[in-house]
Amino acid sequence: MQFGLTETQQVLKNSARAFFSAECPNAEVRRLMETDTACDAALWQKMAHQGWTGIIFDEEYGGLGLGLVEMAVALEEMGRALLPGPYLSMLLAGVAIDAAGTPAQKRKYLPRISMGEVHATLALLEASASWDPEAVQLTAHPTLAGFALTGRKMFVPDAATADFLVCAARRGPDLSLFMAPRGARGLTVSPLPAIDETRKLYQVAFADVPVAEEDILATGDSARAALARALAVGTVALAAEMVGGMQRIMEIAVEYAKARKQFGKPIGQFQAVQHLCADMLLLTESSRSAAYYAAWALQERAPEADVAVSIAKAYASDAYREVGNRGIQVQGGMGFTWENNVHLYYKRAKASELMFGDATYHRERIARLAMDKGSDKL
Amino acid sequence: MDLNPTPQERQFRDELRAWLEAHAPRDWEGRQSATDSMEARFAFLRDWQRQVYEAGWAGLSWPKEYGGRGATLMEKAIFTEEMACVGAPPLPGILGLELVGPTIIASGAEAQKQRYLAKILSGEEIWCQGFSEPNAGSDLAALRTAATLDGDHFVVNGQKVWTSYGWAADWCELVVRTDTAAEKHKGLTVLLVDMHSPGVDVRPLRQMTGETEFNELFFDNVRVPVANVVGRVNDGWNVALGTLMHERALLGAGLQITFKRQFARLVELARRIERNGRPAVEDPVIRQKLAQCYVEIEIMRLNQMRAISRVMETGRPGPEGSIQKIFWSELNQRFQQIAMELLGPYGQLTRGSEFAFDDGQWAYTYLRARGNTIEAGTSEIQRNIVGHFVLGLPKSY
Repeated sequence: MQFGLTETQQVLKNSARAFFSAECPNAEVRRLMETDTACDAALWQKMAHQGWTGIIFDEEYGGLGLGLVEMAVALEEMGRALLPGPYLSMLLAGVAIDAAGTPAQKRKYLPRISMGEVHATLALLEASASWDPEAVQLTAHPTLAGFALTGRKMFVPDAATADFLVCAARRGPDLSLFMAPRGARGLTVSPLPAIDETRKLYQVAFADVPVAEEDILATGDSARAALARALAVGTVALAAEMVGGMQRIMEIAVEYAKARKQFGKPIGQFQAVQHLCADMLLLTESSRSAAYYAAWALQERAPEADVAVSIAKAYASDAYREVGNRGIQVQGGMGFTWENNVHLYYKRAKASELMFGDATYHRERIARLAMDKGSDKL
Repeated sequence: MDLNPTPQERQFRDELRAWLEAHAPRDWEGRQSATDSMEARFAFLRDWQRQVYEAGWAGLSWPKEYGGRGATLMEKAIFTEEMACVGAPPLPGILGLELVGPTIIASGAEAQKQRYLAKILSGEEIWCQGFSEPNAGSDLAALRTAATLDGDHFVVNGQKVWTSYGWAADWCELVVRTDTAAEKHKGLTVLLVDMHSPGVDVRPLRQMTGETEFNELFFDNVRVPVANVVGRVNDGWNVALGTLMHERALLGAGLQITFKRQFARLVELARRIERNGRPAVEDPVIRQKLAQCYVEIEIMRLNQMRAISRVMETGRPGPEGSIQKIFWSELNQRFQQIAMELLGPYGQLTRGSEFAFDDGQWAYTYLRARGNTIEAGTSEIQRNIVGHFVLGLPKSY
């Protein structure tokens, strides 16, 4: 048993650190968050060129074919840099296509996604804001040419930059996944202004949006399974990204505590401040253990993978917020200013907490998976 | 990163499991609540250690030349876990095996190794540690128990407190002040003291659980041969500190399993106990709290695994090791509180009460957990250590 990065994984981490700190410093984050989409085409091209966009997709589809631990390594560094834009959306859509698509569909979409030529996202949530696929009400009516989608999606990340949306819809009683191009007739994307300006959210309205038969990715159990896989990978990716954010907040706060003087001493010499910093380390390292374990378990398709994913997200959801609280508190008034970078992470923390289910959601899921009758996880 | 056990680790575990299957006493957990005297229980435990020793499992990580097995840290963790899995009795010579023995191996003279180590392994001699004093707790280096040289003996006078196994111990690893003029860290010496020497007085220290796990030790002109100094005179801080590092390294491995077993038991109770007209395990609030416990127990295990991997690879503990003590102690207090909430008025019933769940175990573990954030370095001291040694913040004292 070895619970740590291998040499290759460490090399990957170092190069991710070097790349994202050079290409996406906080000044760039601030510039991008002021734009409509928070997505920079030139940066995306550089990422694609280095292989980051295709990291987990098979080589035959233009990816690097690496595993989920490597993905977590990359996401941790993206989170540390607070990379704006549609990376998570791309992963969700890509994994859904990979899990549900026919070989022809995979050939059509995955290479272009892997190589950064097109953007894609997943449209799942609706007005109910439920992460349960059973709550999906977007309807696919049969038409002469295929189907027409009617309804409304909410909290769709990066819909304005997405060339394609993977849409969860109901075809009769069955859950189905459809590919819909953003430019389709009847599809309207409108922004939802929210606190994390580095990752934009949208409402997407469907008014009889035409989709062809060949744009169905999957129906019924295979759609459910693909969605579950996409959400699991997305949740692990997000948990790892959150770890990177926590790490950065802690670094900023500790650096400040060493430099800032009051009563003639660095404030980091006072135990009240030291203990806030120690808590940040405890929360960050514990989130890190959970996120990497979940990535490994999901990669290995271990029996405890589902529980591991929920543990990682439940813990990180509370931890990122709490690290943010302490990071701001340590910096006093400075921590509350627009100029200080911690509020950018603090806002990402809240948005991340709410994405893919918060701690309460995942604790209930853990209770179902690990505590209810018939479970063998105790 | 590969969290599957290696073939060697699996083989080790299987071999150990088979032995425990055949030899671990089944009735230990029942015996704890029985009315046996502390002495009778201790005799039972000594016999258990003897069996463990004879089968070659005692002092696993000690070098082979001193009777150990030269096991890796991972095998040691597996041993601790497997012992906890079957609810095996603790080894009564635990302080000798985990703390004093490794200190003698690291810093002791050859004659000391020959004299003491084998008897530590077999449990023939039980050890305690005389570290804390009434006025030297967190600030251990402020200790004042004095040792003055008189010919080829040191004469020891002073008082120690919070001594586990003091009442049962044959020997004590004692930290004393040998130079009162030097800086506080520089005038200390470690002595191996025969607890049967004239002038040693052991008194029980009753704690809030009603038990006397700990003792107070009084030393009144106790004569200790100079040959019983471990390492160099006035270098005791370094000698003793090595021991404390050992103490913090592996504790989590077994505890994590103990918590897991307690948690599984609590969920079982939650299925039987009614809350608002349905089983408590279906109550959304209880579910949230239990699930949070499950999350934290799992993360404790994961942090421990990471820490072990790190030490095995680099020889040094990483940041994930330094948070373990804070993590498990605070987790256990939250866990015990949740157990109390779940059990309601029954939770307060103590051992011997006919209506208590699990013979009052939960009332006991609730109270016992209160000590967790104090013993083996308070949470405050642990956070100071993290702040200074891990995060590089300036020392506050």
